[in-house]
Amino acid sequence: MEKKLTYALFTGCTAKESTPEQLMSTYAVAKKLGIELVELSEATCCGASHLQDYDDFLSLVLNARNICYAESRGMTMVTICNTCQLNTAMTKHRLDSDPELKARVNEKLAEVGLEYKGTSKITHFLYALIDDFGLETIKEKVVTPLSQFNIAPFYGCHNIRPSELQNETHDSAENAYNPNSLDELIIALGGVNVDYEEKNKCCGFHAELQAPHTAAVLTGKALMGAMDANADWMVTPCPLCHLKLDTQYEHASHAVGRDVKMPVLHMQQMVGLALGCAPSELGLQHHVSKVNFV
Amino acid sequence: MTTITTQTITFNVFRFNSETDYLPYYKKVEMEVTSEEVVLDILNRIKWEVDGSFSYRRSCRHGICGACAIKVNGKGVLACKERMNDLIELFGTELTLEPLSIKRAVKDMIIDKEDFWVKHEAIEPYLISHIEEHPEMECAVTPAQAEALLDSDYCIQCGLCHYSCPVIEINDDFIGPAAFAKAYRFNADVRDDGIDERLDIINAPSAGVWDCVKCFECAEVCPKEVNPIEKITKLHNQIFEHGRAINNVATRHAVGFAHSIKKHGLLDEAELVRYSEGTLPMLMKHGKVGFKMFKVGKVVMPWNMPKSDKLDEVKALIKSSSTVKF
Ligand code: SF4
Ligand code: SF4
Ligand code: FES
Repeated sequence: MEKKLTYALFTGCTAKESTPEQLMSTYAVAKKLGIELVELSEATCCGASHLQDYDDFLSLVLNARNICYAESRGMTMVTICNTCQLNTAMTKHRLDSDPELKARVNEKLAEVGLEYKGTSKITHFLYALIDDFGLETIKEKVVTPLSQFNIAPFYGCHNIRPSELQNETHDSAENAYNPNSLDELIIALGGVNVDYEEKNKCCGFHAELQAPHTAAVLTGKALMGAMDANADWMVTPCPLCHLKLDTQYEHASHAVGRDVKMPVLHMQQMVGLALGCAPSELGLQHHVSKVNFV
Repeated sequence: MTTITTQTITFNVFRFNSETDYLPYYKKVEMEVTSEEVVLDILNRIKWEVDGSFSYRRSCRHGICGACAIKVNGKGVLACKERMNDLIELFGTELTLEPLSIKRAVKDMIIDKEDFWVKHEAIEPYLISHIEEHPEMECAVTPAQAEALLDSDYCIQCGLCHYSCPVIEINDDFIGPAAFAKAYRFNADVRDDGIDERLDIINAPSAGVWDCVKCFECAEVCPKEVNPIEKITKLHNQIFEHGRAINNVATRHAVGFAHSIKKHGLLDEAELVRYSEGTLPMLMKHGKVGFKMFKVGKVVMPWNMPKSDKLDEVKALIKSSSTVKF
């Protein structure tokens, strides 16, 4: 038996608040696969791609502090939110490539006894599963193949773009115009992956408050694309995409002039179902668009 | 030495003549494609070997005039720069050639770029400078000052980012990534005095930077690595630094994160929405969805708000590292 995989888990805010099912299913899957997750209890919000608009330096300092706690544990940081992944990886990239900026940030961190070194890798749980655990190994552990389902992968912008940065963070290179990690995961779990134009497009989450119409059209188009491709449900590695697709179908239907709605699963829930976890363990009861097929 | 290989590729070519056709259609063209060719070679061959009426724009053939931008399987490319082999590797042997924006198609690959130029013009893309009429010395720009432009001056106005931006497709007011990058190019120029004027233009609701959905399509597609979204973030920062922020839902949303992190470390989602929108508008706009979320256990009550460990550290850092005030 190989060494046990251990990660420092950066939960992000959403998993602790509006998508509790995401945290539950992350732990359920980790337990099934024998992966150890140590929660970064000190971590703060990553700024969700908005704080840096207001105060870029503060956003860097706070994200660097989060990374420090993965470093002090000597572990790779694993994220479960695309936007956390982007903000954290972008911070790492900027600090690692700019010694002067790193020194300025460390000057602040020193005031609270911390130092950013750049020693921890940062990866999203989706890529940890694929790169470190391996699709073949996951395949062997499947007890309930998802063979009766057409599943629409929804990648979420911040895991695939900008690809130059993203591909620094994981081994399996992903192309933003034809991503395949989620598709391959679906296939490994025995499901049928459906192809549709919106799979690598934006759900609109980050403009929800300021530009509700734009956000609703984007959500509507994504749901429509998956429906027209004959999907039974959608799956996403991002809790923000999930929130948008799972809870905003009324606004979305109104914006695109057609009733759009379908069950949307977190990537972890999909893996959990195939590995034989109980629906309640995966938090399927916490969805607004009911998951009616289990 | 690499050997030249050949593959049979099926192209679905978008055809449309706005003067005679009611609807566009796709024409199948099969071709032997060699590993040496770029997309523009294929466009040329379609015109020369298949149908002389096929239309597209090109000029420099060197990736510098920006004329030849089209989409292949939805990916925006400069036809004269994009290697066929890379596309085949990415998408396989069936490729769809389309203009940058189907709704703006005039003839085949040629689109009407008027909205692009109108937006470009709108941000005052020139130096606004209160210079002396009879200067006594030259207005020098140091290398460090030139670097502050962050390559925004490399834009060739090909329109790839503009017509890959999802907001442009939905909101006609939206200024768009290329024009934003251009606004930054002049705002960051030490010789320019027009920054406040320009910030007020790009700060406007619906048209301005706040309507960007942060999808990073513009950064991904740009053939000149201008990275427009990076410039959009810089423009947001300039809005606050120059005191041009308007007290509205968009700015409060950005600022709200700092408040929330100070209080909990994590984000207080409900409180952020309330802070951004105001209590009553929040209930009116989000009440129904909020109630549905509450019913399935998606709303954390204030007394149960999770907090980060070592919050005193976070508070100290916010105090020492904040660089702007709102
Ligand atoms: S990041 Fe913003 S400006 Fe760039 S393509 Fe996306 S929505 Fe448009
Ligand atoms: S920013 Fe890049 S993609 Fe956009 S118009 Fe300029 S060169 Fe083209
Ligand atoms: S022909 Fe000028 S950029 Fe392609």
